[in-house]
Amino acid sequence: MAQLQVKPTRMELTNLKKKRKVAARGHKLMKDKRDEMVRRFIAYARRNKELREQVEQKLSAAMGQFVLARAEMSGEAIEEALAYPARPATVSVDTQHVLSLKMPKLSLETSDTFDYPYGFMNTSAELDSAVSAFAEVLPMLIELAEVEKICNSLADEIEKTRRRVNALEYVMIPQFDEAIREIKMKLDENDRGNTTRLMKTKEMLANRE
Amino acid sequence: MDKRTDIAMIGDRDSVLIGKAVGLGVFDETDGERANKLIYRLAREGCKVIFLTEPVYAQCSEAINKFKTETFPAIIPIPDSHGPSGVAMAAIKANVEKAIGADILFSEDK
Repeated sequence: MAQLQVKPTRMELTNLKKKRKVAARGHKLMKDKRDEMVRRFIAYARRNKELREQVEQKLSAAMGQFVLARAEMSGEAIEEALAYPARPATVSVDTQHVLSLKMPKLSLETSDTFDYPYGFMNTSAELDSAVSAFAEVLPMLIELAEVEKICNSLADEIEKTRRRVNALEYVMIPQFDEAIREIKMKLDENDRGNTTRLMKTKEMLANRE
Repeated sequence: MDKRTDIAMIGDRDSVLIGKAVGLGVFDETDGERANKLIYRLAREGCKVIFLTEPVYAQCSEAINKFKTETFPAIIPIPDSHGPSGVAMAAIKANVEKAIGADILFSEDK
């Protein structure tokens, strides 16, 4: 491990000790943050998986029905039926801060009743059921979007935090410890040198008399 | 696009047309390059959620990685009319592995 190059002075020693303290505190905080994030992440990941399974199943069903509807009706008729855009679906967005992470909070804004954007005259029943099935899945899709986004950013942040924790624990703090030990040894050595010199001079003075 | 869309859907024609009925912004695009650009444009215009069908999702990794760490837009893969291909599940799995270091969610049911 690369050693920290420091001058063996008392000043450096106090500075290093301070830094060591800060690093230890930072390490503890970061570790707590990581643990909490992992705890939350596991809950979110479970939810994510569950939702994803449900959505995939329902959405595939809706899409399958839509394919049937397409087969039943002519391409133009479908285009025509869907050409007029329905009332655009909007989501209200909010962000919440979880452990200094910005998390999206999405909620779909829809009226309670769903109405078809086309007349029933030229469309088949399959199209109706496909569209209503899709409309049913939509809130779940939005929730999935939220959960998946949170999972993504949490996973990212956890990885970063873990690296920081490890860097502090296995690089920074040992380096500080090593440097502190070295300075202490140098200072002690100087002390001992001084004492022996004193003793020696005292002895020489005593011999002269 | 004359109106601001909150939710967009990108994919092949068969899969996304249905989204139009419920008021999503629908973009018929299967080419990875163009879809990439489309995602950037939508993000600039303040789109909140972008659903990509799985084949498109697999091709747009550049834009997806770019927006992965940002709060919006959320780019979410959805199955297309051929059913789920497992790309999305693999993404969840990768997330878990990244965060925890081991796959703890999927190991139990396989």
